[in-house]
Amino acid sequence: MTAFRTFFAATTALCAGTAAFAADLEVTHWWTSGGEAAAVAEFAREFEAQTDHTWVDGAIAGGGGTARPVMVSRIIGGDPMGAFQFNHGRQAEELIEAGLLRDMTDVAEAEGWKDIVNPPSLLDACTVDGRIYCAPVNIHSWQWLWLSNAAFEKAGLDVPSNWDEFVAAGPALREAGITPMALGGQPWQSSGAFNVLMATLGGPDVLQKIYGDGDAEMAAGDAMKRVFKAAADMREMVQGSNVQDWNQATNLVITDQAGGQIMGDWAQGEFAVAGEVAGEDYTCLPGLGVNEVISTGGDAFYFPVVDDEEISAAQDALAATLLNPETQVAFNLKKGSLPVRADVDLEAANDCMKKGLEILASGAIMPDVNMLNTEDTNNQLNDLFVQFFQDTSISADDAQARFVDIVANKD
Amino acid sequence: MAATRPNRLFRNLTAKIAAIPMILTALVVFVGGTVWTVTYSFTSSKLLPKTKFVGLDQYERLWNTPRWLVSIENLLIYGICMMVLSLVIGFVLAALLDQKIRYENTFRTILLYPFALSFIVTGLVWQWLLNPDFGIQSVIQRLGWQSFDFDPLYNADIVIYGVLIAGLWQGSGLVMCLMLAGLRGIDQEIWKASRVDGIPAWKTYIFIVIPMMRPVFITTLVIIASGIVRLYDLIVAQTGGGPGIASDVPAKYVYDYMFQGQNLGQGFAASTMMLLAVLVIVVPWAYLEFGGKKRV
Repeated sequence: MTAFRTFFAATTALCAGTAAFAADLEVTHWWTSGGEAAAVAEFAREFEAQTDHTWVDGAIAGGGGTARPVMVSRIIGGDPMGAFQFNHGRQAEELIEAGLLRDMTDVAEAEGWKDIVNPPSLLDACTVDGRIYCAPVNIHSWQWLWLSNAAFEKAGLDVPSNWDEFVAAGPALREAGITPMALGGQPWQSSGAFNVLMATLGGPDVLQKIYGDGDAEMAAGDAMKRVFKAAADMREMVQGSNVQDWNQATNLVITDQAGGQIMGDWAQGEFAVAGEVAGEDYTCLPGLGVNEVISTGGDAFYFPVVDDEEISAAQDALAATLLNPETQVAFNLKKGSLPVRADVDLEAANDCMKKGLEILASGAIMPDVNMLNTEDTNNQLNDLFVQFFQDTSISADDAQARFVDIVANKD
Repeated sequence: MAATRPNRLFRNLTAKIAAIPMILTALVVFVGGTVWTVTYSFTSSKLLPKTKFVGLDQYERLWNTPRWLVSIENLLIYGICMMVLSLVIGFVLAALLDQKIRYENTFRTILLYPFALSFIVTGLVWQWLLNPDFGIQSVIQRLGWQSFDFDPLYNADIVIYGVLIAGLWQGSGLVMCLMLAGLRGIDQEIWKASRVDGIPAWKTYIFIVIPMMRPVFITTLVIIASGIVRLYDLIVAQTGGGPGIASDVPAKYVYDYMFQGQNLGQGFAASTMMLLAVLVIVVPWAYLEFGGKKRV
């Protein structure tokens, strides 16, 4: 017993000793798939290399839907972590209003984020009443179609160059024993894929009007009718992909069991981990090959208010580290996302990332759905589309009627 | 006389002091929490509770949400089947074990073991067993019965029965044990008397033994019912509410809207409806059971 006590006393003394120089900063995030974990390890490495602080990894498995409630309840419950990842947009709105998150404007000004962050809308999404509350770390876009070259070869087809060709190839793929399209069972994947159809087949303006302005007339209109028709086509194609997680669905494409998948550019990290080469083993079609536009959502780190100067100092240091050029390059190459600053060199980027960078440079960008919708609206959309894509008894018209209802009541 | 009698309040003082923590817990945590939840269900609280009252808006939205209706329907199907089947299975198993068989202890242990597993483990085990690619279906198909088709978890129409199978597997053992205890409490003289009168065993069970086991049945019913209302972890582990929203239950709806959807008001409204449903069943029953007549 006494041995125990001395041991504990020794360890506490040790902790107190190190704390004088550097703080342990707990960072929570939901990056747990192979590619994501490799990317976040880059953050930890850079943070520990450039500062004296220690990165304590607090990964939460199960995706944002599982992780966000855990993070929020820890912050509200008075046990905040050092920093946490959210998708920037309206997810943290109320936490900021309640004064639970730190104002990082000082760091942002010292580092000149206003001048380097590109596109500026990323920083706007972090800004509330002129103060900056988060550090954007990457740009993620949803509007990508990933295709397995080998799957099409096996079915004796050319790799499609746009959505319509892909739909037309569906029956031939199924005959060859390949699931035409992979879709995981988690609700956010269903609504995400639908939003992509809407942004590309309908066009970015349609999405902006409906989600941004709550235009119910537009939601009931002909443009959306076509989108719902495409969604019904997609429902046919995803029959038989019995997986849950997005990376399992991507894996169906990687292993050529499925023809393709609509998924954000983070899927690229999975292809990279599997050793696949863009253009040879797989093909990526930004904007589904129809409308080359990318949304500029992404991930950002927020910093809860903590009553400990050591930790606050570590938070400042982390915020600065996240945006410095080397970190940005190392992280984004692994993650498959685009850097938030235009002045970094992405020589090592692969074909797909280069396509993304070109589109970004050309200015064909649109806001991310998370910036326009609250989580409540997103959750309602999740419910609608996960049901639509899994249950063939719901007609496209019925689904559209429910969609109009959600849009009319959104805030 | 009245002056010498101690005040009623101070009679049995130690017992009352000992009960104070529990009374406080009940009042503050249960009653207080309930009142708070019901109050905030009339507000437009999103991520954080706010006192901006919006009347019955949350309830209106709730009853217009297909997902909520699906979850109510699922709970009804699951609840009724679970109640009936676990009582029948539990009682039959208990009656069989009560035939003075050999190795009774072993059988009892085997049948009760599933109950030692949490719903999460139960859910995962049955998710694997019912997976069409490597579960029961594929095993039987590989044995040669090619047309065998049994994948409830991927069929929206019958997924709730897939969950029911897991729930029964887990819960029937406990019901059996309670029933067995009840059967053991029946005086052996009754059996002897019925044998002398030449009444068949099944008739003795139904008309004599079961009515005598009324208290045991009531305890069992309460235990099963509380298990049904809080059904959540089994769904999360086994189906995640899927395919689509086909196996959703009210508790999951509440959780999803309170935490994932960042809409506390909606979650509170749904949980208030759950409370109401429970009260509708419990109050008349409690009235019949405890109120009105003063039995000895």
